[in-house]
Amino acid sequence: MSTYADRLRGNLRVFNEFVAGPGLWILITLLFTYAALFETQLFVIGLIVGSVLALGSIGLTLIYGVLRFGNFAHGDLMMMGAYVTFFLLNGTLLGQRRDTNIGVGLNDLPAGTERLGDLTFGYSFLIAVALSAVVLAVVCIGLDRLVYRPLRRRGSAIVTFAIASLGIAFSVRALLLIIWGPDPRTYVSGIHKAQHYPFDVVLKTDQVFIMVVAIVMAGLVYLLLFRTKLGKAMRAYSDNPDLALVSGINTDRVIFWTWVIGGSLMAIAGSLLALQANLKPELGFQLLLPLFAGAILGGLGKPQGALIGALVVGVAQEVSVAYISAGYKPAVAFLILILILLIRPRGLFGDAN
Amino acid sequence: MTDTKPVPVLEAKDIVAGYGEVDILHGVSVTVHSGEMVAIIGPNGAGKSTLLRTIFGLLDARGGQVRLKGEDITNRAPDQLVLCGLSYVPQVDNVFPSLTILENLEMGAFVRQDGLAERLDRVFSLFPDLTDRRGEKAGKLSGGQRQMLALGRALMLDPDVLLLDEPSASLSPKMVELIFDRINLINSEGTGILLVEQNANEALSACDRGYVLAMGENRLEGEAKSLLDNEEVGKLYLGT
Repeated sequence: MSTYADRLRGNLRVFNEFVAGPGLWILITLLFTYAALFETQLFVIGLIVGSVLALGSIGLTLIYGVLRFGNFAHGDLMMMGAYVTFFLLNGTLLGQRRDTNIGVGLNDLPAGTERLGDLTFGYSFLIAVALSAVVLAVVCIGLDRLVYRPLRRRGSAIVTFAIASLGIAFSVRALLLIIWGPDPRTYVSGIHKAQHYPFDVVLKTDQVFIMVVAIVMAGLVYLLLFRTKLGKAMRAYSDNPDLALVSGINTDRVIFWTWVIGGSLMAIAGSLLALQANLKPELGFQLLLPLFAGAILGGLGKPQGALIGALVVGVAQEVSVAYISAGYKPAVAFLILILILLIRPRGLFGDAN
Repeated sequence: MTDTKPVPVLEAKDIVAGYGEVDILHGVSVTVHSGEMVAIIGPNGAGKSTLLRTIFGLLDARGGQVRLKGEDITNRAPDQLVLCGLSYVPQVDNVFPSLTILENLEMGAFVRQDGLAERLDRVFSLFPDLTDRRGEKAGKLSGGQRQMLALGRALMLDPDVLLLDEPSASLSPKMVELIFDRINLINSEGTGILLVEQNANEALSACDRGYVLAMGENRLEGEAKSLLDNEEVGKLYLGT
């Protein structure tokens, strides 16, 4: 019996190594080539949607890589980042029946809303995002102290961490509803002019900005993990927490910085998303599926994988609109997730063991 | 060993420790003198590994005292102990598989970066097998090479005392010989060594002194050679 099982396992390994891996890459190349040639506009929009997803997926994959659990609160915390940016810009909270304004906001800075080039926002937005990143980093560290650290000390199972994060997700969403209400919000009202690019592509400059930021952030996270002492310690902790402790690595500090980086990425991702979509509390939860699909497709724990995985999910979702109802977009992400879990659970860049 | 009065580098006295409600160690004492190589042997469940874990602060000592170079280090955290001159190599999972060999060694020196290049050179000269493969992931190494890397990682802080948990476990006889040869070499360069072994013959032939543990208590101690010939040691292993 065991020899049969061994043979089966061996075959699966061969399949995984020589068929599933290259097969996935070929599928992705085909999808991208087809989309770029025949659905150019949707392809480009897909890349932009994918870029925003990528910022979320990179954070998700980083937290998974170091702390070994799927953070179900990621989408909702991204939304919290977006709302904090909104608040910092306008000073708006929900009051009774109508909005309350605390009267000051970064938009009041001298020439704060003056547009930067063709972008729809001024430097006040950049400051707001940076401050929001700090706020979210603090929130994440607070949540770690309050929820995850006690679980770690108790040696809780991974699933306990995941369920705890789900609880945080619900709480955060409720909090956003209480503070800012259910109405859609935008950072900058009015119609945004689009630019024409070669191959009949129409894009807003904001969208180009989003894509550049996503790629730069992915690059920075990659450099952090593979070129800095802190990043190497994060990878070491992810590999073997006990040995990291034995080596004298300050594991509390590794976890602290993981949340700082993860939280900042959440705020940046959420704020960029809100640049081109209406801000709603429930948006975060809807994001969760494509975020996980992107991170798992790329290989959990791999930032470069999360970037590519999220771009694939973004493109697949947008291009699907040419053939099926836009209502099926989440189903496309789900399909990708199922496919990858079936044929290559470790994803594009995941380690064999 | 020298004839002058030996100085204890590491001294664990009357250690009581265990997991949960159960005490595994009931007052165990071991001493490592400067430059000495000491083996702790004993049957399964004697508490050998528990003792090392307690000395290294991975497990709380409920009683007794650990002193390093005269300083009380009882229940200090591992990241402080490595700075004091103590290093520890666990029995299993003793490398970071997805990090390269070089990165593994860098992690060994995490708390101290000065003189990194010289210490890397020393490790690579001790284990030439690792030199050419420094860019490869540790997960690809064989069992013996992993053990070398694990020793190398622990040596990166140039410790006064090295704690080794079963360095010969699940290695081929040839590899065991090589690993012990390297451990002897490390010891001859002045690092004190306290190792735990199931393989009593191998350990006692390589070490200066030995302790025999059973049921969480000291049973015998003495010159390694004399323990090798001691009939009682054999009896302990047979459980009589």
